[in-house]
Amino acid sequence: MPEATAEPIVVVDDVHQSFGEVEVLKGVSFTVAKGGVVCIIGPSGSGKSTLLRCINGLVPIQRGSIRVANFDVHMLGSDKEKIALRKEVSMVFQQYNLFPHKTALQNVMMAPMHVLKENPGEVRERAIALLTKVGLAAKQDAYPGELSGGQQQRVAIARSLAMRPEVMLFDEVTAALDPETVKEVLNTIRGLAQEGMTCILVTHEMRFAREIADEVHFTDGGRIVESGPPAELFDRPQMDRTRAFLSQVL
Amino acid sequence: MQPVWDWFRWLYGATGINLTVFYDPFDRARFASGFVMTVELSAVCIVLSIVIGVLGAWIQGSRLRVARTVVHWYIQAFRNTPPLVQLYFFYFGLGGLLRGVGGSGPVVSNVTWAIVSLSFFAGAFNVEIFRSGIEAVPRTTVEAAESLGFSRMQTYLRIVFPLAFRISLPALNNNLVNLVKTTTLAYAIAVPEMLYVSSQVWSDELNVPEMMNVLLICYFLLVGILVYVMHRWERALRVPGFGI
Ligand SMILES: Nc1ncnc2c1ncn2[C@@H]1O[C@H](COP(=O)(O)OP(=O)(O)OP(=O)(O)O)[C@@H](O)[C@H]1O
Ligand SMILES: [Mg+2]
Repeated sequence: MPEATAEPIVVVDDVHQSFGEVEVLKGVSFTVAKGGVVCIIGPSGSGKSTLLRCINGLVPIQRGSIRVANFDVHMLGSDKEKIALRKEVSMVFQQYNLFPHKTALQNVMMAPMHVLKENPGEVRERAIALLTKVGLAAKQDAYPGELSGGQQQRVAIARSLAMRPEVMLFDEVTAALDPETVKEVLNTIRGLAQEGMTCILVTHEMRFAREIADEVHFTDGGRIVESGPPAELFDRPQMDRTRAFLSQVL
Repeated sequence: MQPVWDWFRWLYGATGINLTVFYDPFDRARFASGFVMTVELSAVCIVLSIVIGVLGAWIQGSRLRVARTVVHWYIQAFRNTPPLVQLYFFYFGLGGLLRGVGGSGPVVSNVTWAIVSLSFFAGAFNVEIFRSGIEAVPRTTVEAAESLGFSRMQTYLRIVFPLAFRISLPALNNNLVNLVKTTTLAYAIAVPEMLYVSSQVWSDELNVPEMMNVLLICYFLLVGILVYVMHRWERALRVPGFGI
């Protein structure tokens, strides 16, 4: 297992998170090796999105620690530190969340230009290269409203990549897509994983998880119930809860 | 233009329709100055009320509780009282107080009071309009900006405000049309705007029915121009697949 020996780039340790009274994460721990691909599966409401948000520093945690590259995410206070973290970790959302008043190209260019303050000419070149990579060079001047769901999601992936992150977070990025367009987005993610991008995916695409993941975590009720390489977790689940869940989705 | 003016003189002779504001140089000059005053009053109040609206909506989204409360009560006060009463309050109430402090002579002119009063009146509605526009921007879009590393200020200026403004435009149109119509209230504190000068004309010339028609048509044109400009603006800002 080469992943186990590689330096972990994400270390999540005993993370507790609550919205007011409701404890959403009740002690979650896992690590991701550099270049590794981790899939998180589990029933709705089990805290998967919240976990990704915590790793991205979008919501604070109450206990435990999260370390990404050189950042202690749980300790970041100032905007500046958070911005520095977000250069390393980029998130793609279920609802794409593109900026509707900007074209595809502008969507990709905005963050590098205004957050990283990079040279517009270079950013533009890189943005076009990224759109080409996700197969949308021809759509660079289209507004999100003029793109299909799958196309929007690929623009969103390009937008995240434009920050040159070390880690990519995907939150059910195919859940809002019809089966045919799911494939085009999954192909894009597969390409990234093969290039060695560290990926954490929340997904309901079990077949894809089995194919792409180094490790799969099954979450329920704010905890990781069971973890393992996909072949084991999918074929020989140890816990009843995991078996029950898999029997419903597989 | 002389033939036109002569025609109006002829019209009066032939039919008794007395439009002095066209053929009489003195009436023409004072009506024109009233028209200009209405346009100026409207333009200045439109700009100020939008500024008030944007600032107010921004403050309402801020973390400063005191500031939020002040804006809240400002809106309540101006939305729940008649604009004419507000105008009197500023001119006679505040204006009187200032005069008491500053000795003789008005410190602030009636035109200024009209501008202040009407801007705050329309501004109160604009705050509400922009605020609901801001609230209509999906929370997830804001989160995406945040996740890309935009600061709070950048998110507001580059994402939230441009979207909220587009969402707000139709409601803003209505309010600005209302504002232009409400400038006629400045009549009550003797601001020489179009209605006021018209009343001077008709008391001198006793041509009330004619002047009423002139007024109606002039306001119709003014508001028509505003609506046209706003629609052009709305179209220019329109984004495919977003909003209306
Ligand atoms: N902003 C919030 N305020 C209060 N409660 C929240 C908030 N966000 C999420 N929750 C609660 O936290 C729990 C976990 O939510 P989360 O979105 O992380 O689940 P999930 O596993 O991603 O589910 P799904 O598969 O439906 O996306 C849910 O019970 C939800 O109601
Ligand atoms: Mg979720």
